[in-house]
Amino acid sequence: MTYIDPHIHMVSRTTDDYERMALAGCVAITEPAFWAGFDRSSPQGFFDYYRQLTDTEPKRAAQYGINHHCWLCINPKEAEDVGFAREVISIIPEFLDHPTVLGIGEIGLNKNSKNELIILEEQLALAEKHNRLVLVHTPHLEDKLKGTMLIMDAVENTSINVDRVLIDHVEEHTVGAVLERGFWAGMTLYPNSKCTPQRAADIIEMYGTERLWINSAGDWGPSDPLAVPKCRHELASRGHHAETIDTISYKNPLDFLSKSGRFSVE
Amino acid sequence: MAKINTLMPLKPTCPMTHKETVDRYFLEHRAKLLDIAAFLDRLDRCESIEQDYRIDSLHKCINVLLEKNVGRTEKILNILSDHSKEPINVAHEQGASGAPKQTDL
Ligand SMILES: [Zn+2]
Repeated sequence: MTYIDPHIHMVSRTTDDYERMALAGCVAITEPAFWAGFDRSSPQGFFDYYRQLTDTEPKRAAQYGINHHCWLCINPKEAEDVGFAREVISIIPEFLDHPTVLGIGEIGLNKNSKNELIILEEQLALAEKHNRLVLVHTPHLEDKLKGTMLIMDAVENTSINVDRVLIDHVEEHTVGAVLERGFWAGMTLYPNSKCTPQRAADIIEMYGTERLWINSAGDWGPSDPLAVPKCRHELASRGHHAETIDTISYKNPLDFLSKSGRFSVE
Repeated sequence: MAKINTLMPLKPTCPMTHKETVDRYFLEHRAKLLDIAAFLDRLDRCESIEQDYRIDSLHKCINVLLEKNVGRTEKILNILSDHSKEPINVAHEQGASGAPKQTDL
């Protein structure tokens, strides 16, 4: 069976990972723009990153039969300097017509600060203006609950339809509110923080599969590019139907990403 | 504290039997429990014993494990969350510690 990993940072991974993912059944991925582990020193650094996301990575993925799409933004960790962030945001429109750019992401909050919120709102306005999908990063650990609520409020203050927004990194204390308010929800499978494959399977058992997906969010930190097939295995070994597993790891990502009018697994 | 309404069902939703679930996961979680016990013992053996908000939160979470209702994971995550509502003035750091500095729970 094939799967889609809708959130993974392949710029931080080796080509061997593409091969392993292909062997495990991965046919498509989407890569949101994120924090590189250090703050970039200039907007030009982001320009080059967007070139890497729109040009280099699709070619690297294609060697293994994996379709690559991306999301562009300035991430919340680099949004505290509003002037700098606005310079970066001004670069984004020239990339938005690229055929593999699905929308704005992963935008959101990190420490739930006033400046992070201003830049979030300005990037939501960009998505609104260009009628693009939105992929949302929610804060880590103790900041997640508050940040998730602030982000959902910010989206609801725009004309963006909530079913065109995916709120990522949900856990047991946020998934219910995200789904109840009509958003899509993503569960990130991380070894030490966020969800393990077991807890993701538990959440699927408690909340069902509607508007819910799983992703590895593999990056430069402790993470696992094969987390999605491992969660599929966890579900299968508990006795869940193939249809449930296919819905969470293929059909749901396909349905949400196809709203962009640009996504395909071909 | 804000109560988050969840859609969590009260009916059985795990396809495995109770025995199958215990057989499959018991040893793994026995080991995790011993890790927590050893961590607390290690803290007791430190030269100076200090109060730490993260360990205070951990003690509150351990009490939740003994509760007999559903939703322990959500409850623990809520103990480990900042429940303030307003954005902070300035982000002075980029990281998170895993527990709120002041908890209203
Ligand atoms: Zn990410």
